[in-house]
Amino acid sequence: MIRKLGLALTFICAAGIAQAEVQIEEITSPGGIDAWMVQEDSIPFTALEIRFEGGASLDAEGKRGATALMTYTLEEGAGEMDARAFAVRTEELAASFRFDIGQDQLSISARFLTENRDEAVALLHAALTETRFDDADIDRVRGQMLSSLASDAKDPDTIAGRVFSEAAFAGHPYASNSDGTEESLNALTREDLIAARDGVIAKDRLFVGAVGDINAEELGEMLDTLFDGIPEVGAPDPGRVDYALEGGITVVPFDTPQSVVSFAQPGITRHDPDFFPAFLLVEIMGGSGFNSRLMQEVREKRGLTYGIGAYLAPMNYSEFLGGYVSTDNARVSQTIDVVKAEWERLATEGVTQEELDRVKTYMTGSYPLRFDGNAQIARIMVGMQMEGLPLDYIATRNDKVNAVTLEEVNALAKELIQPDRLHFVVVGQPEGLESTN
Amino acid sequence: MQRLIPGFIAAAFLAAPALADPITSFELDNGMEVVVIEDHRAPVVVNMVWYRVGAADEPQGKSGIAHFLEHLLFQGTDELAPGEFSATVEANGGTDNAFTSQDYTGYFQRVASDRLELMMKMEADRMVDLQILESDVLTERDVILEERNQRTENSAGALFSEQRMAAQYLAHPYGIPIIGWKHEMEELSRQDALDFYELYYAPNNAILIVAGDVTPEEVKTLAEKHFGPLEANPEITPRDRVDEPPQLAERRLIYKDARVSEPYLIRTYLAPERDSGDQKAAAALTVLSDLLGGSAATSVLGQALQFDADRATYTSAFYSGISLDDTTFGLVTVPRPGITLEEAEADLDAVLAKFMEEGVDEAQLERTKMMFRAQLIYGKDSLQGRARGYGVALTGGLTVQDVQDWPDVLQAVTSEDVMAAAKDVFDRRRAVTGYVMPEEVSQ
Repeated sequence: MIRKLGLALTFICAAGIAQAEVQIEEITSPGGIDAWMVQEDSIPFTALEIRFEGGASLDAEGKRGATALMTYTLEEGAGEMDARAFAVRTEELAASFRFDIGQDQLSISARFLTENRDEAVALLHAALTETRFDDADIDRVRGQMLSSLASDAKDPDTIAGRVFSEAAFAGHPYASNSDGTEESLNALTREDLIAARDGVIAKDRLFVGAVGDINAEELGEMLDTLFDGIPEVGAPDPGRVDYALEGGITVVPFDTPQSVVSFAQPGITRHDPDFFPAFLLVEIMGGSGFNSRLMQEVREKRGLTYGIGAYLAPMNYSEFLGGYVSTDNARVSQTIDVVKAEWERLATEGVTQEELDRVKTYMTGSYPLRFDGNAQIARIMVGMQMEGLPLDYIATRNDKVNAVTLEEVNALAKELIQPDRLHFVVVGQPEGLESTN
Repeated sequence: MQRLIPGFIAAAFLAAPALADPITSFELDNGMEVVVIEDHRAPVVVNMVWYRVGAADEPQGKSGIAHFLEHLLFQGTDELAPGEFSATVEANGGTDNAFTSQDYTGYFQRVASDRLELMMKMEADRMVDLQILESDVLTERDVILEERNQRTENSAGALFSEQRMAAQYLAHPYGIPIIGWKHEMEELSRQDALDFYELYYAPNNAILIVAGDVTPEEVKTLAEKHFGPLEANPEITPRDRVDEPPQLAERRLIYKDARVSEPYLIRTYLAPERDSGDQKAAAALTVLSDLLGGSAATSVLGQALQFDADRATYTSAFYSGISLDDTTFGLVTVPRPGITLEEAEADLDAVLAKFMEEGVDEAQLERTKMMFRAQLIYGKDSLQGRARGYGVALTGGLTVQDVQDWPDVLQAVTSEDVMAAAKDVFDRRRAVTGYVMPEEVSQ
């Protein structure tokens, strides 16, 4: 039983990587595939992190859920191997392949032992290029996705996310669940999955990070083998969408004792020159740990919740500033009032030098601690590449944090923090609270 | 100081000397146990203090006090103001948290290795000098009630798990939820927390685990300096909870909740746990759960119900051997839409009966063992995971030696061992079978 919630918000960690001992090499394979790697011989395995940019947002018109269903079916048989034979082979090699799909990317997290690396790579290559997509396997995976959609429909957190996305990003893939709907999933065919695979698993969308018991030459050869035969160019991007939700409250009635609240307002892109001041500002307001303003005001002083936070969400095709809290139905109204008051205070008064110093100390001090683990470093390296950050960012990142002044942060607070645009989606039976409009 | 080297790993799996990394353990004069796990890949250290006390050690009527006290350990000491502990960790670039289970309460910080001493100093301080205000206690009680709301009251599955555990244990406190029953949590007081604290928080009931870029010598010096002066509590006695009476009647539960989307069946059997020096039965059960409910495409349940016949959307088996007292072995199946839970149960029982008759597929057993061996290697990638593994084991009645022996014990499991363990554990008289279903559906 953990004392506070861990946040699974991968995109916030945008701000950077390593320093000190980690020696990152930038390599290009003989076949022209770029990758970042760290040779780390102390444990005889390699962690390989692969990302294909675009993810489920590349679903073709009317084919919502195709990329997700395709992703989950990748390990259900390839070439001569049916789903069971593929699974048996994976177990024999003790390799681990994890396929994930999100709105912005398809990720493959692979781990394999040095002793049978070539065999593991051959197996993954087959999954990517000779996927069987047998009807029985598609149906089985589709059944699991339908089951999961049904349970999402009764989960307050997921309901809050869905209602928010629909309102904020209408007309864009971001507005809908990347797993599709019952109707869209049921209509998908084997051809749709092949098209979805070739749309996202393509070299122009590929990013690679590798850490482990492998050198640059070996990695180069491995990447050429692994990605041999995938298309050079994938599907086109869906294009940007502007965050469109106005301020207000949306109550979604749901019979449960504790209301789940998502709140948001317009955000800032990763490439905005003000990204660093914005990051520090939001960290002071609702960052991880117990010392953020929201945590202090809502949990520590008033005992209104177990967890509250705020975060910047810079995505491929849009951005927002979001937050979350959950509290007893009887106390939602009070909780929202506290959040609104804090939003107002941040916009008008900004932050203090002491708060800024505290957050800078934390951010710069925690920087080198991120690199514990091969898999962790591989993920960080892929994230950096996707954000277009150069390798030397590693050496300069803490300086950039330290260079941000109180004046910059507070000038930005006035511009970025918009109390009148703050929108709350409340799922539950909140007492004394009704939807605006 | 005792240096234990897991010789097996290097010998049986790859000639990699790096795998034989040393785990060092020793004891301070006041009885505090110390374990050091060296890993010099990054300048990071994880500092953990584990107490051999958990929810199952609570006095009757005070459920949730172990977890509540865990929260209150962040609310001040004679040297630290409320919240200052975490603020100090954060100011040093670190992260910290804590966790409570039936058998343990643990606190940890992840910091740059040169900040280790400060962490130890603060942990030693709050081991004996807690000072908490009534007002802070009441606010924090609201926080744990919201935590219960979030984890349990808002989740049909979690509510049912509480009911299932309560039915599984007729007398043993594992039947009471870690976070506490709501009506008892609402009455917990500052004095309840302090009574529990004074009884159980002492060096001779604690284990220090330090993992990362540090040497055992450094840890020893720092531990002696900060924890060494603390006095042992002579009142600490071995944990001896009540025994379960013979379980002679299967318990069958039906739980209906509008928030359940699809009906599912879960059955748990009372099962033996890993005992110090005697981990064989638990190893066989660990293998059994993997054979029955590992990957859907290769496990016994998955193949039968998801591949050979299209009867289930999801199947699984679970068993966790680390526990101070008897644990459970569980089976889950989510039938395909249109199949009733009665039919799903008949399916499950038919697969089990067939397995008992046909026995273990030797090739599958070999693959399972191969994966366990690989897991040892992959597991080394996570500092915190390794530290936590030792903490859970040592507070669950095992020793460092038992942890080091475990891979060998697992590799020695034979198909006969698995079948014998299955025969013992699949006794319906010691089972709880639960049907979880949407409120509006009648079965």
